[in-house]
Amino acid sequence: MNHHAVKAIYHFEMARTFRTLMQSLASPILSTSLYFIVFGGAIGSRMMDIDGVSYAAYIVPGLILITVLTESTSNASLGIYMPKFTGTIYEVLSAPITPFEIILGYVGAAATKSVLLGLLILVSARLFVDFSVLYPLWMLLFLVVISVTFSLFGFILGLWADSFERLGIIPTMVITPLVFLGGSFYSISMLPPLWQTITMFNPVVYLVNGFRWSFYGVADVHVGFSLAMITLFLVTCFSIAWWMLRTSYKIKN
Amino acid sequence: MNSYILDIQNLSKQYPSGHKALNDVSLQVERGKILALLGPNGAGKTTLISIVCGLVKPGPGSIQVDGLDVIRDYREVRKKIGLVPQELSVSMFETVWDTVTLSRGMFGKPADPVYLESLLRELSLWDKRKSKIMTLSGGMKRRVLIAKALSHQPDILFLDEPTAGVDVELRRDMWGLIRRLRDNGVTIILTTHYIEEAEEMADRIGVINKGELILVEEKNTLMTRLGSKNLILELAEPIQQIPEALAPYGLTLSKDGAQLVYTYDSHAGHEISVLLRALQEQGIEYRDLHTRQSSLEDIFVNLVAEGV
Repeated sequence: MNHHAVKAIYHFEMARTFRTLMQSLASPILSTSLYFIVFGGAIGSRMMDIDGVSYAAYIVPGLILITVLTESTSNASLGIYMPKFTGTIYEVLSAPITPFEIILGYVGAAATKSVLLGLLILVSARLFVDFSVLYPLWMLLFLVVISVTFSLFGFILGLWADSFERLGIIPTMVITPLVFLGGSFYSISMLPPLWQTITMFNPVVYLVNGFRWSFYGVADVHVGFSLAMITLFLVTCFSIAWWMLRTSYKIKN
Repeated sequence: MNSYILDIQNLSKQYPSGHKALNDVSLQVERGKILALLGPNGAGKTTLISIVCGLVKPGPGSIQVDGLDVIRDYREVRKKIGLVPQELSVSMFETVWDTVTLSRGMFGKPADPVYLESLLRELSLWDKRKSKIMTLSGGMKRRVLIAKALSHQPDILFLDEPTAGVDVELRRDMWGLIRRLRDNGVTIILTTHYIEEAEEMADRIGVINKGELILVEEKNTLMTRLGSKNLILELAEPIQQIPEALAPYGLTLSKDGAQLVYTYDSHAGHEISVLLRALQEQGIEYRDLHTRQSSLEDIFVNLVAEGV
């Protein structure tokens, strides 16, 4: 294992995060706070409790995930797309490192940032809404695994994209709809039966439900099943990212 | 220890587009020497370097660095190699120090601020270490690329067109640096289409044209072997035509009849004195004479023209 390389990439990427701290952390926190004010405060006060949880509290895990998913995707994709765009990828290609080490460095840094971001939103949500976390360790585990999975997804996107347009289109056209339709703001049981079935094909459902279960002990899907599905996405994304690097997909002639 | 630090055997490369960039290239490079690869644009120089460094997938053939296979033992091989690419590919928003630190780590070396400081000082970058790369001039950016390539103390340094778009002063500096590296045992392989650069720097010269390595020679041997010399005689009185008796020497007469040019190869024997005697016998007086040796540029132009 070339641990010097993993460390160097990780530090470099984390430095990028801290240098752009305002964009990296402040703006997602601001936009999440706006969600809480509108959905939690203004609209939530007129809503009924769901599964015995107040609506404002019910949407907290979903809102955290919206940011974690989009930020993981865009941060990790930019992390590897920029070297491709500027040409500095030549160094990664000529370095004595394996695909696994490249992933560890880049995705590790992106996921770390997402976990920090998730926790910060959690803390700032507490300023607006009264809630507690039933299983903190499970919550942390879900947060880490989800951050890693979507950072891997972003990394794949960054390797695949050959323009900034393509880079931007996936988070807006794919991630956002999946998250909004994935039960972030409602319980699946509130949907008509047909849509309940269709929703089950949305991977985000399992993420949101597993994560929400760690907060309140309630979920539309069994937590074991959620965990299994999340692990499946993780393994799939990792395999694709690894294969793309292994075959130098789109980065080597 | 293998005597060749780089040993390429029968390497070919065809791009997916169908373009055949390299055709059966074999090349051995001795340790601690400077090899210049000369060739016109699109000759295959960059492809050759890129394959050795891992940027381009190799075609058929074998490449060994210090006795190790570039594919099978890529980890060991790449630790030994530093690459300065042709394009100014740098992370614009990073500082010089951060980007050099990244490079060293990426090539598997533990942090060594003392070495990096001496490297940046050598390249006159120390004062700029905290500057973002985007604020640097083009020449400075190129120095950053060199610093990155040397950050892990490689045994072989590849420089792809190192002085393209670089001013004269920086070019001289760079040549000095490359010589010092060579003196410290680093093998240097550079591509260039500045003949002057190859002539000035290289111990050996390889000429590539249309994907083929036309020749690899010691620079001095090459210049002697292929270099022809001209003896130019400034005549005291212009002449109308070259006398019959001088025909065997293949002389050429300038238009104004004031200059006679004799072409001979540089390891000629006593032909010059014979010619001069013959001139005297013909009563042709000259007031001055000088010789001119063909430059590498002439040699190169001839070689590439022959290859067409």
